[in-house]
Amino acid sequence: MWKLFHQFGSPPHFYRLAGYLIPWFGAAALILILIATYGGLVLAPADYLQGDGFRIIYVHVPSASMSLFAYTLMATAAGIGLIWRIKLAHAVAAAVAPIGASFTFLALATGSIWGKPMWGTWWAWDARLTSELILLFLFLGYMSLRAANDDVGKADRASGLLAVVGVVNVPIIHYSVEWWNSLHQGATIIKLGKPAITGDMLWPLLMMLAGFGFYFATVMMIRTRSQVLQRERKSQWLKSL
Amino acid sequence: MLSEFLHMGGYAGYVWSSFGLTAAVLLINLVGAQRQFKQRLAFVRRRIAAEDKT
Repeated sequence: MWKLFHQFGSPPHFYRLAGYLIPWFGAAALILILIATYGGLVLAPADYLQGDGFRIIYVHVPSASMSLFAYTLMATAAGIGLIWRIKLAHAVAAAVAPIGASFTFLALATGSIWGKPMWGTWWAWDARLTSELILLFLFLGYMSLRAANDDVGKADRASGLLAVVGVVNVPIIHYSVEWWNSLHQGATIIKLGKPAITGDMLWPLLMMLAGFGFYFATVMMIRTRSQVLQRERKSQWLKSL
Repeated sequence: MLSEFLHMGGYAGYVWSSFGLTAAVLLINLVGAQRQFKQRLAFVRRRIAAEDKT
């Protein structure tokens, strides 16, 4: 068990393993996203209320889910890095931040584009929208804290603390539509009983979510490898690359 | 048939801009990550080559 733990935390081991996995994960992401896009734009029937406008769901919901997943992962990795002083954990957190920021931006932007025809407005200072905007600021704050510190160790500690404290925002975003009166609709997939969506509409959504997950893992591994190269630039094992 | 598909029941501008923006952001992210990795790998290799000379 400890050996496994140690191996996971070992930068050279991670570097090699990620090198093998990246092309496979990238291919899986591409295939899943392409099929899901076809399913969502062509095969799924139009919504009885929103017509073809509802198809924005296929990029909006997976982006929003990934933004929350990314933040939770970043905060967990940063926390592990702070508590057990595992450098690879900080490397993962730093690698996740730009991807998380991108998905948060996409969730906000596609939500805004969707909101215009359905709610009649691009933006409202609503609980769900505002808390998601705060998530974007947390990602950007984390990244600028890192950029402002030339010393990697200091950058890890300062940015890691922000990431861990900011995690309170994640449940707030998730439950915002229940706790406050919101323009935003409630959950579509995860509901007690069965999903509030028909099967023809559901499978492209789940497939897009899986595709985004593989995409996320692919880019995260590439960025973590870059982090490892930068942090380990004085290590001997790099000579065997 | 195709024009009907592209029309998206009147929501063309909204649907296509959402999908286009998503594709663009995901692509930029991937290309940026790969470019950064290649730069750092080249840097490490140059450094090792320079150390071997001395």
